[in-house]
Amino acid sequence: MADNGDDDNQYRIKEGDYVVLKRGEIFKAVQIQPRKKVIFEKQWIFLDNAVGQLYSTTFEILSGGNLKPHELKDSASPLDAVEAGTDNRNIVDDGKSQKLTRDDIEALKEKGLKGQDIIKKLVDNHATFGDKTEYSQVKYIKKKKKKYENTVMILKPSCRILAMMYHGREPGKICHLRYDTLAQMLTLANIHAGSKVLVFETCAGLVLGSIMERMGGYGSVIQMYPGGGPVRAGVESFGFPAHFHDTLHEFPICHVNALLAGTLDTSAKDPTAENTDEKQLNLAAEKEQNQPEAEEQGTPEEESMETNTGDDAGQDVEKTEKDKLKEAKAQVKKLRLEEKQRRLAATAALLKGRNADGLVIASRFHPCPVLLGLLKFLSPSRPFVVYSQYIEPLVECFKKLRECGGTVNLRLTDTWMRHYQVLPDRTHPLLLMSGGGGYLLSGTTVATDHSKPAGSKQAEEPAPKRQKLEDTEG
Amino acid sequence: MSFVEYSDFIQDGDVAILYLSHNNVMPVKVQQGAQTQTRYGVIRHSTDLIGQRYGSKVTCSKGWFHVLHPTPELWTVALPHRTQILYTTDIAFITMMLELKPGSIVCESGSGSLSHAILRTIAPTGHLHTVEFHQQRAEKVAEEFKEHRVDHLVTVRNQDVCKDGFGVTGVADAVFLDIPSPWDAVGHAKVAMKKHGGRLCSFSPCIEQVQKTCEALQDQGFEDISTTEVLLREHDVRTVSLPLPDFGPDPETTEEATPAAAPNHASITLKTTTLSREMPGHTGYLTFATKPRT
Repeated sequence: MADNGDDDNQYRIKEGDYVVLKRGEIFKAVQIQPRKKVIFEKQWIFLDNAVGQLYSTTFEILSGGNLKPHELKDSASPLDAVEAGTDNRNIVDDGKSQKLTRDDIEALKEKGLKGQDIIKKLVDNHATFGDKTEYSQVKYIKKKKKKYENTVMILKPSCRILAMMYHGREPGKICHLRYDTLAQMLTLANIHAGSKVLVFETCAGLVLGSIMERMGGYGSVIQMYPGGGPVRAGVESFGFPAHFHDTLHEFPICHVNALLAGTLDTSAKDPTAENTDEKQLNLAAEKEQNQPEAEEQGTPEEESMETNTGDDAGQDVEKTEKDKLKEAKAQVKKLRLEEKQRRLAATAALLKGRNADGLVIASRFHPCPVLLGLLKFLSPSRPFVVYSQYIEPLVECFKKLRECGGTVNLRLTDTWMRHYQVLPDRTHPLLLMSGGGGYLLSGTTVATDHSKPAGSKQAEEPAPKRQKLEDTEG
Repeated sequence: MSFVEYSDFIQDGDVAILYLSHNNVMPVKVQQGAQTQTRYGVIRHSTDLIGQRYGSKVTCSKGWFHVLHPTPELWTVALPHRTQILYTTDIAFITMMLELKPGSIVCESGSGSLSHAILRTIAPTGHLHTVEFHQQRAEKVAEEFKEHRVDHLVTVRNQDVCKDGFGVTGVADAVFLDIPSPWDAVGHAKVAMKKHGGRLCSFSPCIEQVQKTCEALQDQGFEDISTTEVLLREHDVRTVSLPLPDFGPDPETTEEATPAAAPNHASITLKTTTLSREMPGHTGYLTFATKPRT
């Protein structure tokens, strides 16, 4: 066997871990924090008892909100020893078949009866359960299980789980990006370890995190962001190891033009100063930490000074303490700004070479200018993918790219996805399916041809022959 | 050049992709002194390819085209078909649903286009164990992996997965089955997978196969069993001109009506998309499941 006891450690839930709670098709991303109440499916839960357990364990939610690992009782299924009918010709849906009232069921719940037992009671008190067909009985039980089983599974986060979660819970936050569309993006953009990928997204960090997961901590990801700062809340939910964040960079798009024109002033400090900067940063931070302590206790001299030498001397001491604190804070702020500036310079250096390996865009911004602006940073023969909730902006992008040249293999696509119920003699697609998951425009960059004059040979490929209508390829 | 790492310049021994036109893509083994015939004329590797940048234009006697760096996606469109292959749409969905990423250990039966996509995703620290029961195909695919500089990431075994399994035990994070009788391989898949669990995917064109597979998965204790299909719709971007009808001069118009806008020439031009007359309607059903801790 390839596994041994030590391996188990990486599969155990730890305090501080980012996890995903699951019940049926409902997911929720949370962080394991001691004594913190978490709400999930209208229930308050404490996750403390999950610490130390293995991921993918199913827990029962006890009254009070604590968790207990769920023991699967292979005891009699509610269907044993129940006869079944052949069809529903005699079953009247009058709403009176179930003898237990809502209050009765609540009382059972309060008594602490387990989900499985509640269901048994429901079956026992159902007047026409025995008349239902076997399939109908199974369906009934399944439905009740969904309603009354009080369990939750704790999962390790992954792109798959988080993408499904966001799409089910908060699609507006991710521009209604359906998870299979996200899957297409990651593959079409050839996201892999070791590449340098540019990302522009307003999907709460889901796209960014998914890309980071597929890069495994190798290579670099540069998040181009609009406005004041990059939004990355979703990235946290992936629970990446710390070193992954070393590969993540950010760059404000308001500086893109300056960078392209070569006029961006990054005032980069020389590398030798870097170390001292960091040391100073640490020292100042330490000072800041020590300062409150010093204020509380005071050195013996200072204390005696305060008590013995009277008000004036005491005030002077206080003032110096305050000044010191102010200075230290200003120092930290200055160093933080310098650190930010240094990072900006480093990211600018990564971009300046215009040799990125991939570009992914998924935002509420009009994709056309974003794409045209950022394509310049890619090497030739590299893929790019643009997501849009709507098709028209991508049609514009398509046209613009055709006019400008420099790209091949342009495709405007969307995917259709359907789930199936697979049961013996009851296999069919599900009754409801997703109406749409957004659109993608993908392509590959090529070397831009500077020798040819603009007017000649526009079309990248011979025009398709099958047109009989009065339309023109453009 | 390799299928898992980009490089900038074409070198002797590389596999390059000639992008001749939309849906006309040709792989070529770059060799000093060799020549390749294309619809646009002959290209000479030594002058036209070697030393050139990937993405550059190559001009021939009858036209021009671009040379691209190979990717699994381009390979899927370009590769010589030996059996029915999986296309990018399914591959992308499978990759995400199996949670593949750098370091993943994967077992696969039925190698081909998916193998390259898997290798690209699990590199540099993962490994692919692929099983192919047809001897010639197994040899050919091993050769290809070497040419594509990914052989260090993959082990090819020529055996019958339904009888002899994948040849490994307790190591796989994910298993992919693309065989006629996947239900016979479910037990072997379970053995190949890690003790603490993993993901499985089975691709089958027929619903009966799906039913049998789901039953086998259930019997073997797999969870989260779900079956999905994904289809790609490609939109063709067009500029169309729609003529406007001529209802005769409008009796209610005043002098402002410009006689210059002659009604019989009026039309509206717009940019729009259309769908092809036919589109792929089915490739196969994808069944996913999770192996719990055993």
